[in-house]
Amino acid sequence: MSACESAERRVFLKTTGVLTGVLALGSPLALLAPSRSWALDLTALTSEQGRVLLAAARTLLPHDRLEDVAYAAVVNSADQDAARDAELKKSLTEGIAALGKGFADADEPTRIAALGKLEPTPFFQQLRVRSIQVLYATPLAHALLGYEGEAFSKGGYLARGFNDLRWLPEVPLVDAGPVPGAGS
Amino acid sequence: MARFAFDDDGVVVIVGSGAGGGTMAHELTRRGIKVVLLEAGRRESVASFSQQPGVAYGQLTWLEPRSSSGDWSVARTTPSAPAWLARTVGGTTTHWGAVTPRMLDWELRARTVYGELAGTSLVDWPIAYQELAKYYDLAEKRLFVTRRHGIPGLPASNNFKVMYAGAKKLGYQRAHTGYLAINSQPQDGRAACIQQGFCVQGCKTAAKWSTLYTEIPRAEATGKLDLRIESMATRIEHGANGRVNAVVYRDASGQEQRQKARAVCVAGNAYETTRLLLLSQSGKFPRGLANSSDQLGRHYCHHVLGFAVGVMDQPVRMWRGTSQAGLIEDEVRNDPKRGFVGGYWLEMVNFDPTAVALAALPYGWGRDFAGVMGNFSNMAALMMVGEDLPRADNRISLSSTRDAHGLPVAHAHVDEHANDVAMRRHGQEQAKRVLEAAGARRVLLSVGSPNATHNMGTARMSRDPALGVTNPYGQSHDVPNLFISDGSVFSTPAAANPTLTIVALALRQAEYIAAQMVARAI
Repeated sequence: MSACESAERRVFLKTTGVLTGVLALGSPLALLAPSRSWALDLTALTSEQGRVLLAAARTLLPHDRLEDVAYAAVVNSADQDAARDAELKKSLTEGIAALGKGFADADEPTRIAALGKLEPTPFFQQLRVRSIQVLYATPLAHALLGYEGEAFSKGGYLARGFNDLRWLPEVPLVDAGPVPGAGS
Repeated sequence: MARFAFDDDGVVVIVGSGAGGGTMAHELTRRGIKVVLLEAGRRESVASFSQQPGVAYGQLTWLEPRSSSGDWSVARTTPSAPAWLARTVGGTTTHWGAVTPRMLDWELRARTVYGELAGTSLVDWPIAYQELAKYYDLAEKRLFVTRRHGIPGLPASNNFKVMYAGAKKLGYQRAHTGYLAINSQPQDGRAACIQQGFCVQGCKTAAKWSTLYTEIPRAEATGKLDLRIESMATRIEHGANGRVNAVVYRDASGQEQRQKARAVCVAGNAYETTRLLLLSQSGKFPRGLANSSDQLGRHYCHHVLGFAVGVMDQPVRMWRGTSQAGLIEDEVRNDPKRGFVGGYWLEMVNFDPTAVALAALPYGWGRDFAGVMGNFSNMAALMMVGEDLPRADNRISLSSTRDAHGLPVAHAHVDEHANDVAMRRHGQEQAKRVLEAAGARRVLLSVGSPNATHNMGTARMSRDPALGVTNPYGQSHDVPNLFISDGSVFSTPAAANPTLTIVALALRQAEYIAAQMVARAI
């Protein structure tokens, strides 16, 4: 996944910071990655700013069973955009500063209070939308939510459970229609 | 594909390649009429449609900013994106849900049936239902609409089973898998739906009707269509006789081009259609082309929308299956005892995680919001689509914001009528009751943010030229060889999703244009 950069690529990037973490033992990513530790190079934000954003994303969308590396995707997206957009970088820098020292390591009620104060700001609103767009598009979040994603490459859901709900009555044919290829 | 000269003044220029423009292109070319079709976007295909929702959105959507104001939620939540429109060959028929109900007989007589209502600009349609019905028949056959003309319905998905169970418990009589322009069986040279979900990202099997792979290739096959992509119309010009004679546009390289025309059909969706006509103001038409009545851009309607997401005790996996194959018809009636006039459809709808979090759930963050999202597999969802009431000051106009070419973008102002608010409250409550009757332990309601996708009324048809922009054929009252070929011409919005009516009116208008050309009237 994009948050895990290879060593060669890191050489060519002018980095401003780095975000690191360790995958959980049972993580689906740990099965694929060469090592359980991960690192995200930052090209606009500092390491500390990255840690604050990660904590902010987790406070906005707290899923305890979701690993930091999924939230790091939000940081990665913000960092990449900030590298191209000076105005965004300024907004992120100011917003992160406004969250206060120690935000990344504070307990959840403290983080909620700090974020809540910024709720009317564009920084908060943009971060909320970005967190939703990026986090809920990660394979890790999909695994957590049970979401199976696109199915065209597998022939659709026609033979993969589009109508497998059994805890409600079946619909009479007159109000539905035949399943293609299933006779009826 | 044909290529016509810029100074060929025998061509009909169509602006926009969606439901209206794409259909019009096919209908005119198959009658031997030369057409230049200008499309601002690129040409995607079933092969190029992305299956990553974020990428697909960028591929198909009109991303340039617009602006908005008024008390509708859009002006707060997504002020620079008041409408979700497409900018690609096929227009919104690439991303639509393909829900194709008809307007009902009484809906076309809204002013008569609802009576005089303060704060509205209601009129009756200048077309009788019996007249429109002939073209509904043709349009339904063209689009292979399910449950019409002997075409089977789509099968019941998991999400639909929830809607259906709830509807039956509430006593609704007419709940079914809907009237959809999605193949329930192989036909029209296109496959049957494989229930993949991703309707909104562009249908990769072409089971869903889109002008991109139906009307437009058929028009190209006649040898009479010159489709010009990445060609953004900026101005329609007229001669001293007051008739339009050319369309100015920017081509892919940003170069200005001028295509001469015998007649012009504008089908850019209410936003861009209104904008183009306003940008085409001249000494003769100082308020904008076709706008001597000052009705252009007014009476903007966008439907009363509302979402309801139910959290069930057991898995639904709503993402599996056709995005909108479920409909309840019972609330499409005029019963002022409910506290409002007009009716609404209840429609099943599917979401992916990002879309449900951004568009369907009420705004939120933190533990409760994430907790709801954690139940994503158990969610079922419904939406209401109802008739909003036209108001003269709800309008599309030119913004102070400018596009990359320095031209003013479209601005949308909407103040909701109390009737719209009452209808939404009722519709959301009914949607909630449906989901609860099916066993939902929690139902979350939202206004239907962020944006409008049904845009109507801004160049409305009227018999009296003082009350509208176009006559009952979508022909400008002011300029006889200028036609509007999209939802802008709806005299009132009714409750039905607009595309079927847009296609029906385009089929009717094409017949009329061809006859007018034969008669040398245009």
